[in-house]
Amino acid sequence: MGKLISKIPDGPLATKWTKYKASVKLVNPANKKKLEIIVIGTGLSGASASSALGELGYSVKTFCYQDSPRRAHSVAAQGGINAAKNYQNDGDSTFRLFYDMIKGGDFRAREANVYRAAEVSNQVIDHFTALGVPFARDYGGTLDTRSFGGVQVSRTFYSKGQTGQQCLLGVYSSLNRQIKKGNVTMYPRREMLDLVLIEGKARGIIARNLLTGEIERHAAHAVVLATGGYGTIYFLSTLAVNSNASAAWKAHKKGAFFANPSFVQIHPTCVPQLNEFQSKLTLMSESLRNDGRVWVPKTKGDSRPANDIPEEERDYFLERRYPAFGNLVPRDVASRAAKERCDAGFGIGETGLAVNLDFRDSIKKQGKEAIENKYGNLFDMYKTITGIDSYEEPMRIYPAGHYTMGGLWVDYELMTTIPGLYAIGESNFSDHGANRLGASSLMQASGDGYFILPNTISNYLADEIRVPKIPTDKPEFAEAEKTVIERLNKFISIKGRKTAASFHKRLGKIMWDYCGMVRNEEGLNKALILIKDLRDEFWRDLNIPGEFAELNQELEKAGRVADYFELAELLVTDALNRKESCGAHFREEYQTPEGEALRNDEEFAYVAVWEYAGEGNPHNLHKEELKFEEVEMKVRSYK
Amino acid sequence: MKLTLKIWRQKNPKAKGNFETYIMDNVSPKMAFLEMLDALNKKLIEEHKDPVAFDNDCREGICGSCGMYINGHPHGPVPAITTCSLSMRYFKEGDTIWVEPWRAKPFPVIKDLIVDRSAFDKIQIAGGFISVNTGAAPEANSILIQKKKSDDAFDSAICIGCGACVAACKNASAMLFVSAKISQFALLPQGRVEARERVRTMVEKMDELGFGNCSNTGACEAECPKEIKLVNIARLYREYYKAF
Repeated sequence: MGKLISKIPDGPLATKWTKYKASVKLVNPANKKKLEIIVIGTGLSGASASSALGELGYSVKTFCYQDSPRRAHSVAAQGGINAAKNYQNDGDSTFRLFYDMIKGGDFRAREANVYRAAEVSNQVIDHFTALGVPFARDYGGTLDTRSFGGVQVSRTFYSKGQTGQQCLLGVYSSLNRQIKKGNVTMYPRREMLDLVLIEGKARGIIARNLLTGEIERHAAHAVVLATGGYGTIYFLSTLAVNSNASAAWKAHKKGAFFANPSFVQIHPTCVPQLNEFQSKLTLMSESLRNDGRVWVPKTKGDSRPANDIPEEERDYFLERRYPAFGNLVPRDVASRAAKERCDAGFGIGETGLAVNLDFRDSIKKQGKEAIENKYGNLFDMYKTITGIDSYEEPMRIYPAGHYTMGGLWVDYELMTTIPGLYAIGESNFSDHGANRLGASSLMQASGDGYFILPNTISNYLADEIRVPKIPTDKPEFAEAEKTVIERLNKFISIKGRKTAASFHKRLGKIMWDYCGMVRNEEGLNKALILIKDLRDEFWRDLNIPGEFAELNQELEKAGRVADYFELAELLVTDALNRKESCGAHFREEYQTPEGEALRNDEEFAYVAVWEYAGEGNPHNLHKEELKFEEVEMKVRSYK
Repeated sequence: MKLTLKIWRQKNPKAKGNFETYIMDNVSPKMAFLEMLDALNKKLIEEHKDPVAFDNDCREGICGSCGMYINGHPHGPVPAITTCSLSMRYFKEGDTIWVEPWRAKPFPVIKDLIVDRSAFDKIQIAGGFISVNTGAAPEANSILIQKKKSDDAFDSAICIGCGACVAACKNASAMLFVSAKISQFALLPQGRVEARERVRTMVEKMDELGFGNCSNTGACEAECPKEIKLVNIARLYREYYKAF
């Protein structure tokens, strides 16, 4: 290992995928049935991959930790899903969608993968529509779209503020169809605790049945991770509380390189923290910034109710700083601008850690009904949480950890550095560079699962057709299982005083304070020490009740937090290594006089790819140079 | 706030459960209900007792994982929200709160407040889909759908599969859940092709799994956190009669 081969096909960008598909090795239908594929996760990428692979005739085994595949966290995505349909005649195209993503990602994503994601986006919308996903429509019966941050066209398809739910239920239905046909076997309430390699190839997993605690061995010819992101490393985030990085991290420790771990998106519009026991921060869709104006008082510590502050005493800081994009600047830019105002003392509310998102002017112009039609459920949701009616007074919002652009390194075929192990959706690194644009994660996850992986995986499996069903009594399975059981027993045997969640919360605070929206060398170095100390304390003073051979939710948490300690160190190391600011990664030392991110293309136009080097050893850094053939690296400006 | 909690504890599916009493001091009205349970569990663990098991995940009212009976109502006394979205500001000093799992034969208790809702997946597997293979879809705008129809389909499609309707029903009927999916597809031209087969297989599976019949009391509609309407059940009947 050591050399990264990205397998990008030759030729012009626009023809790469077509050319690839025309030349890829295929598996004949009779052989597909004999080939087994394990898929971990049932969000948009996992469920779409499972169903598409099932349709092709492979024998698929799909796992999720929830009680039903319909609950994976894609369900919570609100605003929409992008496609280059150009239904609005506003100049959109595959190239423009691609370009917006490359620019939005601050030129730190791989050109060929991003172009392909844009290319399959239209097929994704066609497929969802055929599956009965009720996207919003215009009166003539055609599909409606709306605008999102960081772009100047209207290409986002949506189902009110529940687009993720509707798309997820779409993929869940196609998954169910394959379960009924017997092509997919579903294993809910299972957590993958290790990856099994035989002769260097991914050949199976060790899973824990979360109901019984039983440790299970599952074998396959290939393994697909669709396990989402690691935003809960901050403890408080917009993610589901059980979302975790453990499967990806286990794969990493078995040889899958991890790319750009420090690229974490902090979402600008979330409900601020309300209490000490807060378990998550709820996102308010970015689409709200279409009609909501973000502002703080011009006077420090102005404690008047928002509606009593006259127009001339309000600072619409996004419109002021970024006149071209105004309230629709990309997420990283909007988050930092809010933090800057709050740090300078202009924040509102009891904590001063909030800004206004005001709909007054839009309601005046468009009427309450129009606003209700577009965002009704979001306003309801906000009211449920806070008790405040946003038709009458502004929402209070603050940034929170949201999406991880970093993830397992994959080549053009979405294969990791372990042969036969794939990573799709948010769990890989490939499409969003240093910052993701809104509504492009549903697009990428479904594109990966429905249209890309099913085409690329055959290139690998075509050479596996002579490999008979993999037996689970091989020593490699026994070895992995032993390690897993020893670790679970170790958690229980510590018998300390503190809960897993209490450690998670403290780790999250360290990460938020020193490796969140803004980072600097001193803080990052401090974080490394704090993480290490906390990790030592965890292994000394953890308190896990009960046994491992039973339903034990505390034990589940312990494993996830233990892995987060290790990932946190790598995340900080990556942030230290990247001595530039780009996208969501903002190093204070590297900024323009106006406070904007200052990229260093000379030295850092690469993907930082980290190789695990064994317990206690520093990771090895590999670099995938980013070559831009069709776009020019520019300063990313939204002014 | 100081609160008294009466929580159903049941070690496993076979064990006989009972209510345990817990006193919670210093509950902030800004906490969510599940955060209050987190605080209780932290206390129990530190006292070396078994924490209360409950399903939960997104904690923003959309995944449908959480579900418990609170003071005699699925998802608690506040209409149109899930348990995870229930704020403690709805309770007051000195309240006693009764917390139970869903009680319905097709949803057996697994542990404490966790029940087995896999019956819902089985119904969806029976027919809750449109048979279209990946890659075979026509251009999206070649299917024109009246805005009103599409909006109605959306209103049915927002079911989160939490099971509150079954838990609220004296017959443990799953009619609201099943009819929401039937309606979504029946309203859309894409779903019409298989409409007959779908309603037959889903209703058959629902009956086979032991869900009761509907006697039109409307408890399901009243307790549904997503306000799925009874009109869906009427639609299901129409679709069902048309299917034979």
